[in-house]
Amino acid sequence: MHDNLRAAPRLATLPKAPSGIEGLDEITEGGLPLGRPTLICGSAGCGKTLMGVEFLVRGALEYNEPGVLMAFEETSEELAANVASLGFDLPALQAQKLLRVDHVHVDRSEIEETGEYDLEGLFIRLGYAIDSINAKRVVLDTIESLFSGFSNQAVLRSEIRRLFRWLKDKGVTTIITAERGDGSLTRQGLEEYVSDCVILLDNRVIDQITTRRLRIVKYRGSTHGTNEYPYLISEEGISVLPVTSLRLEHRVSDHIVSTGIPALDEMFGRRGFYQGSSILLTGTAGTAKTTLAAAFAQEVCRHGGRCLYFAFEESPHQLIRNMLSVSIDLEPHVQDGRLIIEASRPTLNGLERHLVTIHKLVHDFKPTAVVIDPISNLISVGNVNEVRSMLTRLIDFLKVNNITALFTSLISGSLQMDTTEEGVSSLVDTWISVRDLEGVGERNRGLSILKSRGMAHSNQVREFVITDKGVELLDVVVGPTGIITGASRLVRQLQEQEQELAARQELARKDRELARRRRVLEATIANLRTEFESVEEEFRQLNTEEHDRKTGQVKNHRKATRSSSPSDAAGPADQQPNS
Amino acid sequence: MENQPVAATEDFKEDYWELRLYVAGQTAKSVAALANLRKYCEQHLLGRYRLEVIDLLVNPQLAEGDQILAIPTLVRKVPVPIRKIIGDLSNEERVLVGLDIRPAGSTTTR
Repeated sequence: MHDNLRAAPRLATLPKAPSGIEGLDEITEGGLPLGRPTLICGSAGCGKTLMGVEFLVRGALEYNEPGVLMAFEETSEELAANVASLGFDLPALQAQKLLRVDHVHVDRSEIEETGEYDLEGLFIRLGYAIDSINAKRVVLDTIESLFSGFSNQAVLRSEIRRLFRWLKDKGVTTIITAERGDGSLTRQGLEEYVSDCVILLDNRVIDQITTRRLRIVKYRGSTHGTNEYPYLISEEGISVLPVTSLRLEHRVSDHIVSTGIPALDEMFGRRGFYQGSSILLTGTAGTAKTTLAAAFAQEVCRHGGRCLYFAFEESPHQLIRNMLSVSIDLEPHVQDGRLIIEASRPTLNGLERHLVTIHKLVHDFKPTAVVIDPISNLISVGNVNEVRSMLTRLIDFLKVNNITALFTSLISGSLQMDTTEEGVSSLVDTWISVRDLEGVGERNRGLSILKSRGMAHSNQVREFVITDKGVELLDVVVGPTGIITGASRLVRQLQEQEQELAARQELARKDRELARRRRVLEATIANLRTEFESVEEEFRQLNTEEHDRKTGQVKNHRKATRSSSPSDAAGPADQQPNS
Repeated sequence: MENQPVAATEDFKEDYWELRLYVAGQTAKSVAALANLRKYCEQHLLGRYRLEVIDLLVNPQLAEGDQILAIPTLVRKVPVPIRKIIGDLSNEERVLVGLDIRPAGSTTTR
């Protein structure tokens, strides 16, 4: 990141010292002004000292720049104890000559003033501390303590001005902390004018939830982010959000991950979501958003992926039990470490804390998919704008890391279909809507895809049912008044069955009719044949008689012509019946 | 002094001043402070004080020990408690009050 900024071809860029504080270097576009003083001001409990200490520690560890901490309020031991919880080992750094802590004790009761004086002693001490470890960084915490120790304001003000000048000439990058004053950035109204960069820390309680914010008030000679950025004091120091790049330049994947429901896959042109895309699942109460999300989580784990599931409504055990009832068994995946269910109430933390928790878990667990169920609950922690900006950062973060993200969101029925309360619908790549299709005294669940960037998708509203075998999408049934669901669907199916039965019966009847006709035809044919046979027989009879008659005539004729030879005549007459 | 050492030291412990003046080089304020201090000491603490002048330009590491910020600073190490007087010590009355020194005239009344 820093290398990129440094490598950018720019003319006479102001040299900057990277602070090493997560996120701060992005907002300041590279870090604090190198060799110049920076003021960090804020009210009590903002983490001014911590930011200063982290600046020194990171400088020492990551950039090999030793630092001097001049503490006006806490002793070296107190400071070391206070930051030990963040993993900063000040005594070790001091032993390595990477850090020098000089506690300056100012007690008015010990000091009598008479005549003119200056603060050369402070300069000498600081100069000695810087030279002894060749320091590049200096933190003065909190310089205004001097004002309580010395009564001559005019001298102090001119000396502090001289100190800033002197620090610049020394070429050390300095952080000065200051308490915030009424109506001005600092109590003395001095430091902010002599500093080259002013960072304002703010600790705000809105609706009983504390949010810390950081703003860069001025930065001489450099552009900088001007917004208020939330920041956190986490276990690893200060983390200023955004912790990710706000530029849209992440690489994308062409890999497809299944939704976990085969029929739903079919509704997408490429049979699933793109790996690394963000999916929003919206629906009213009880529309099985969690079930769909769990199905997705299970599918990811089944294919060797790792899934991080943030449940803001149910405990892990409750989720596992409930999902088991619809044949989504998450338990084995939890046990073999592929699935982590992180359950907490949204109100447990502020939004930024949630974001950091997510970041931290993602960083440690390296999941391929993240499910957040539901994001709408986060509304209870912050207002819409805050939630939106948090989700933007979250979506960006996950996209940059090529992690598929599925968010569920509860929408109230009164809202327009195409808006979500968080207004994140424009941020996501795929938007699936589940809703109640109410009518004829019952509710049914319908699912549709509102958008899917980068692939074709079905435009149908599919009814789906949750059975003990899982989620099933039903085929679309279109009736005269639109799609038909639930009982109407059953009625329709029954009607269709009846119609089919009737058609079959009609067919059978026609078959029988045909058979009957065939039988009639065959009977008729047989009848005709019988008639024909009797005619034929009669004809044959006649024929025979005619023949016999003719034969008789011939015989008689022969008898008449050959009376002299009776033996001849007897021969043929005997043979004839046999032939 | 030698004939009653025990009593003398006990008395002197009450009345002995160990002073340290921190300066930074020969600045006008430092020179003035030193000159003023010498004058008061000779006047009120003759023989009952020890004065050490520390130049922080020469020994900067010594500044931390006595929590020196302002220059010049006069530190009364003994008698305790430690008191600090900053400035060029031009106001005699304040210096004497600060060091808890009774002016020379009043010591005899005791």
